[in-house]
Amino acid sequence: MGNSVRWLVFLFAATFLLAGLLSIHPVGEPINTAMDDYFLAWGQAETGANNIVTSVVFDYRAFDTLGEATVLFTAVSGIVALFRGVKTR
Amino acid sequence: MKPMSKIVTTVTDVIIWFILTFGIYIVLHGHLTPGGGFQGGAVLASAVALFVVAYGKDRARAYLSKNFYSVVECLGLVLFTIVGFAGMKATFLYNLLAGTGGLFGNVVTQGVNPGDLNTAGIIPILNVGIGLEVVGGLSLIVISMLWGLWDVFGVHEERGGIDV
Repeated sequence: MGNSVRWLVFLFAATFLLAGLLSIHPVGEPINTAMDDYFLAWGQAETGANNIVTSVVFDYRAFDTLGEATVLFTAVSGIVALFRGVKTR
Repeated sequence: MKPMSKIVTTVTDVIIWFILTFGIYIVLHGHLTPGGGFQGGAVLASAVALFVVAYGKDRARAYLSKNFYSVVECLGLVLFTIVGFAGMKATFLYNLLAGTGGLFGNVVTQGVNPGDLNTAGIIPILNVGIGLEVVGGLSLIVISMLWGLWDVFGVHEERGGIDV
């Protein structure tokens, strides 16, 4: 593969990446804020937690957290099965 | 793996209690300050890793057992699921304790406030469950990996091989 082909591939990829980078929505100006506004307005009253992140993770999305815990449990089970007592003789 | 020097073991003796206290604080205050079960459990598991690194093979084998940490991990997950099924009258994992005045049931004041530990219903209980699960799981990963290494390389160690 010649040098000119490499430059062409590089420029092709760089053009698309730069175009994508420039068209990212600016940080701090979300478009759809209905759910954020609901959590901020009602989170404290409904769950009683001052920490809004915890009220989302452990109350509104607690089923998702159960899934996360199951992922950790499965990983630990695999590691324990892999590193179980190996007798070399 | 031999025990490290006197300096390291003495510092470990002092600092491991601060690590455990900080981890328990993070788990219990998950609904008030940043943190929660996952983060606090990781801090607590780092205390176990510190103990193993500082005190070496013989002490670690004498004091830490795989079965204990498996039981702790399973208890955490079972606690989470039981609390989830307790609110089954409304929906799975329904926050049935929030604002009722009982356990963790104080009504929270709206807006910015210093916080009250006795609020948030089932969230602190779920945090404790997740904390138990994470501390058991991560400690079990550290312990079983090291035990497996020692089982495999312990044979060579007698002949002056690798010291792990």
